Amino acid sequence: MKQTLAQKLVARAAGRSSVTPGEIVTCRVDLAMMHDSGGPRRVKPMLERLGAKVWDPTRVVVITDHYVPTFDDESRKIIRLARDWVREAGIDNFYDEQGICHVVLPERGHLRPGMFAVGGDSHSPTGGAFAAYMFGVGATEMLGVLVTGEIWLKVPHTIVMEFDGALERGVSAKDMMLFLIGRFGMDGGEYQAVEYRGAAIRKLPMQERMTLCNMTAELGGQTGLIASDEVTAAFLKSESEIWESDANAPVLAHHRFDASELAPQVAAPHSPANAKPVDQFLSIRPSVAYIGACTGAKLADLRMAASVLKGRKAKMRLMVAPASALDVKAAEADGTLTTLRDAGAEFLGLGCGICAGYGGNVLGENVVAISTTARNFKGRMGAASSQVYLASPYTVAATAVAGRICDPREFVH
Amino acid sequence: MFGDNIDTDVIVPGRYMKYSIEEIAQHCFEPVAPHFAKDVRPGDFVVGGRNFGAGSSREQAPAALRELGIAALIAESFAGLFYRNALNLGLPAVVCKDAKRIRDGDRLELDFEQGLVATPREKLGFEPIPPHLMEMVRDGGLLPHLQKRLKCRTTS
Repeated sequence: MKQTLAQKLVARAAGRSSVTPGEIVTCRVDLAMMHDSGGPRRVKPMLERLGAKVWDPTRVVVITDHYVPTFDDESRKIIRLARDWVREAGIDNFYDEQGICHVVLPERGHLRPGMFAVGGDSHSPTGGAFAAYMFGVGATEMLGVLVTGEIWLKVPHTIVMEFDGALERGVSAKDMMLFLIGRFGMDGGEYQAVEYRGAAIRKLPMQERMTLCNMTAELGGQTGLIASDEVTAAFLKSESEIWESDANAPVLAHHRFDASELAPQVAAPHSPANAKPVDQFLSIRPSVAYIGACTGAKLADLRMAASVLKGRKAKMRLMVAPASALDVKAAEADGTLTTLRDAGAEFLGLGCGICAGYGGNVLGENVVAISTTARNFKGRMGAASSQVYLASPYTVAATAVAGRICDPREFVH
Repeated sequence: MFGDNIDTDVIVPGRYMKYSIEEIAQHCFEPVAPHFAKDVRPGDFVVGGRNFGAGSSREQAPAALRELGIAALIAESFAGLFYRNALNLGLPAVVCKDAKRIRDGDRLELDFEQGLVATPREKLGFEPIPPHLMEMVRDGGLLPHLQKRLKCRTTS
C-alpha cells in the first residue's frame, strides 16, 4: 500500500507497517518539548497529584521563552519553578533564555527525520520541516505523555501544497503561508497533515522551511511536513535518513501553485486569513515595525530584513526580538545585527517577546503595527484597539523604511 | 452564541496567563464580550461557528470555560488542538453542523449517546464523541482518567 510521509511517520511510532487515515492509533513519543508557560508550572502539580514520574527524562526538552526576560514577581516565580523542576525531574535538556523553543529545539540537534514528537505549544508543527511528525498539545495532554510515553492519534489524511518554480527575490516562505491561509482559511488544514512539496520548496533553506511548517498552525493543520533531503542533512550536520511520501500515495487534496507568480502578502487585522497582495495596503501607515517570534526572527528572517535595511533608516519605531542565541551570534558575526542597529532597530530580549502578549512589552491603545509574527488576533499583542498587519521580514523592513506599507521588491533588486 | 474562528486570544487574553484559572476565567471572552464572565451561569452552553478555539495550545481557554461551569461546547467545527484540550479537561465539545440554528437563550438538552441536541424547536444531530474519549470525559478528563488507570495497575 502506498503511504504518505505522514502515514509512514505515524506507522513507525505506532509500531505498525502501515496505517490508514481515520483510524485511531496509539503512538510512542520519541520527544516531548515544553516551554515555561505550558510546561513545568502546569505539569508539576499534576504529576504530584498522580504520584508519577517522567517516563524518560532523556526524551524531554524544556526551553524557557514565554516569560523571559522576566519582568515582575509572577514571571520570576514561573521561571524559578521551571529551573527547579528540571533539576528535580532529572531533565538535562534544559535551555534557559537561549531563544524560542521551536527554533532552539532543532538547532541544538534534538530533531531527526523519522521522529514522532509533541510540543506544549501550538507552533510545534515547525518540527515537521525536518520530516518529523510533530504537533502541539495542551498541558494535560502533555502530562499524559510524560506519564505514559504515549499519545493517541487519529491517523491524518494528507493535504499537499505544491509550489513549482522559484520565489522572486523579496518574496519568502512567510508570503507563501499568508497566501495559503488567505486562500483556504484558518481551518483549511482540517487538522490533517499538510505536506509542502515542489521545486520551490526544495530550494528553500531550512529556516524558511520551518516558517512554512510553523504557520501550518494558522492554516489549521495538525502538522506541516516536508520530506528530508540534502538541505535537512546539511542543517543537522549529519547524514540523515530520507523520509518522503511514496509516489502516488493517495491524498485528500493536492493543490499546485507557481511560486514565481507569488507577490508579497499582507494580512489585515484581526486574522491571518485576511491576507491579500501587498499592493492593496499601500496607504496604511503603521507606527511600529516588529521583527520577532519563531515565525519571523530566525537568522534567515533577520538577514532578509537586513537586505532591505542596509544603508537605510527606519522612519518608525523598529523593534527586533531575535529568535535564538545561536542566531544572534551568527547575525553578530556576519554584520546583520550591525545593519539592523544602524537602521535604528531597538533590540528586545531573547524570547517570544510581544508576539505572545505575555510579557512586559505589549502594544498600546490604537497602535498600528506591522509584524513578522504569525497571529494578529484582536488583543493578542496588547490593547484590543491595537491593529496588527502581518507580513514577511522583507515587507516589514521595507515598510519601516518607507513609512507606509510597501512592496519590498523595490528595495532588493 | 459566537461566530466563526473564535480564537484562544479572545477566549483568554495572553496578558492574564500568569494568573490562576479563577482569575483568568473572569476575563473570558473579554475582547469581544466583556460581560460574559458575569452573565454566564453554571450549566450554560457555549455555541460557536466554524473553527472554534483557533490559535494557541493554551489549555486555560477550555479550562476557563469549565471554571465558569459551562456544561458543553457546541460548534460547527473546532480547532483540533482546542478540541483535544477540552476533552482532556472533561469539557464535552460536540461538532454539530447545524449549530447556527441554535438561538441565544435556547434551553438545550444533549444526548451524547444518540448524538442529538434538542432545542425548543427541533432536534439537531451531532457526531458522537469517539468512545475512548467519551470514557475519559465521563471520568472528568485525562488527569482523573490516568489516576483511575494507575490505581488499577497498582491494585492488579
